[in-house]
Amino acid sequence: MGEPLLSIDNLHVKFARSEDEVYAVNGVSFSINENETLGIVGESGSGKSVTLMSSIGLLKENGTITAGTANFQGRDLLKMHRKQLEDIRGRDIGVIFQDPMTSLNPVMRIGDQIMEAMLTHHYAGRREAYDRTLQLMHEIGIPDPKTRFRSYPHEFSGGMRQRIMIAIALACEPQLLIADEPTTALDVTVQMQILALLQDLRRQRGMSVVMVTHDFGVATNFCDKIIVMYGGRIMEVAETDHFIRETAHPYSIGLKRSIIEIGHKGKEILPIPGATAAITEEPAGCPFAPRCTYASARCLQEVPELRPFGTDHQIACHHAEEVVSLVR
Amino acid sequence: MSDNLLLQVENVTKTFRVQGKKLHAIENVSFALEPGKTLGLVGESGSGKSTLGRLVLRLLDSDQGRILFNGTDISKIKKKDLRALRRDMQIIFQDPSASLNPRMTVGDAIEDAMEIHQIGTKAARQARVSELLQRVGLPDEVKYAYPHELSGGQLQRVGIARALSLNPKLIICDEPVSALDVSVQVQVIQLLRDLQKEYNLTYIFISHNLAVVEYLSDEIAVLYLGEVVEQAPADELFRNPSHPYTQVLLNSILKIPERPEQRQEMLSIQGEVPSPLNPPKGCPFHPRCAFAMETCRTIKPEQRTVSEGHFAACHLVDQAAGGLHR
Repeated sequence: MGEPLLSIDNLHVKFARSEDEVYAVNGVSFSINENETLGIVGESGSGKSVTLMSSIGLLKENGTITAGTANFQGRDLLKMHRKQLEDIRGRDIGVIFQDPMTSLNPVMRIGDQIMEAMLTHHYAGRREAYDRTLQLMHEIGIPDPKTRFRSYPHEFSGGMRQRIMIAIALACEPQLLIADEPTTALDVTVQMQILALLQDLRRQRGMSVVMVTHDFGVATNFCDKIIVMYGGRIMEVAETDHFIRETAHPYSIGLKRSIIEIGHKGKEILPIPGATAAITEEPAGCPFAPRCTYASARCLQEVPELRPFGTDHQIACHHAEEVVSLVR
Repeated sequence: MSDNLLLQVENVTKTFRVQGKKLHAIENVSFALEPGKTLGLVGESGSGKSTLGRLVLRLLDSDQGRILFNGTDISKIKKKDLRALRRDMQIIFQDPSASLNPRMTVGDAIEDAMEIHQIGTKAARQARVSELLQRVGLPDEVKYAYPHELSGGQLQRVGIARALSLNPKLIICDEPVSALDVSVQVQVIQLLRDLQKEYNLTYIFISHNLAVVEYLSDEIAVLYLGEVVEQAPADELFRNPSHPYTQVLLNSILKIPERPEQRQEMLSIQGEVPSPLNPPKGCPFHPRCAFAMETCRTIKPEQRTVSEGHFAACHLVDQAAGGLHR
């Protein structure tokens, strides 16, 4: 299969707060291959978004990367200067966010914004960039590109703005697209339209996509591979089909069971007890242990490392084997 | 029959003036609700579901139609006589922190409503605050906390405690779990369900999440551009969705597959919700409808009966056959 496209190794990120520090990412390693769709799933505070944002230089000011590497095409992104990273971001790695309004310039015509992506990265000259912009606008489903080129972001709906963000992210034909909750703010029918668009664009280009989402439904239907995060660590990694057949981590199992879906009326749903809490001390033990029904003394003292669990499946749980036999 | 209804909304219409144009927020909506039952209102942004909730509460005044609460038309009551009504009707919002004063402790915030309505002595009210906190599953110390010290789930429990403090008959739940993490959503939903049984509460549950609406509702109304396009008992709606829009909504939901073969392909759905400032002629859904015929472009469909208690506003509903005739 060759080298992975992006490989993150032993990443640690901390945030300073007025009175303490938050251990946001605590030793995360994973990789994404060419032509692959990876879904990183977790609740707020799981570190899913921080992991990716910090590796492409978009960490908030109070955050520090304390350890780790992020190799992209043989170079460590974490060792690069800001200028070098900016060059890669937007050219080799495209990024889209939950709220397109925070990244679109409200006083710039949308056509110019798509063109600008190509011009700043010297991807194309003016004439070619203009033609490509019209082509991209057509591809992402904006009717009458020549006229709409001159429109401003506020003249578009939320779904259309997200399409424009996608056009900007794809303008330089990146090998990797990072999508951070790209459909969370959208209505369900619009979510479906955007996901369908992303899937088509991805397949045509053979591009890889890492999608950060809190939505298991989106991840399990859209992605080839799933990573479940909790408390700044990876709990489970699996090919989606394996994950569907045999979810093995107590957290993933609990989360899947606590989601209300169509057809659940009248069924008793078991919520995961307790709530997520920020980790403010050097982590010892499994971050999920305080809420886990299967936790033992060992889980509170010894951090479970990610280990193989069958084919194409890894899990960070001391008791995975027992848990799986109990759940069956 | 009508004496057993807590709420009857009849042909309610609401328009706003925006940029000199008429915006039809709610068009000719009717429904009725028995005590202890839940009506789910589903729809996407701009469907008018939140406006409808606010019309029932008289936070907004309707242009036309009647709203009967316990048999009295409340749509015409004078503003100053609304106070008694406010006790019987409460609302829970999506973002509880936006409705809580950041400088007021949680205990004071819950007591506040009782104080405004001059209920009980100070001591009695404080005892009631403790009782309410316990009922919604929060420790008593929470009453000394300020909103920013609590998590989203805890804040929503505070919002529920405050709504309960006046012993209301009707609670409008406006997207109460949409901002919460999945593992916390179920906790709040189960609390709402248990409270309903315990106090015989009547809910209007507004959400864009169809699964959550199904879980809690007895009856569901699907809104599109301010109109009810389909209404039915919850189980019937999901068994036999008859309006093309309801079908599109249901097909847009990505369920977690139980087996790998059930993984869904992403569907292509045409168009977007049109602007309510410039709604389409005929059926509001026709520009996006895969089954649209000539009639749909010109004549607005009336509510047709699919089966007893199940209505859909679609020309294609074949009343004799029941369900969508294609």
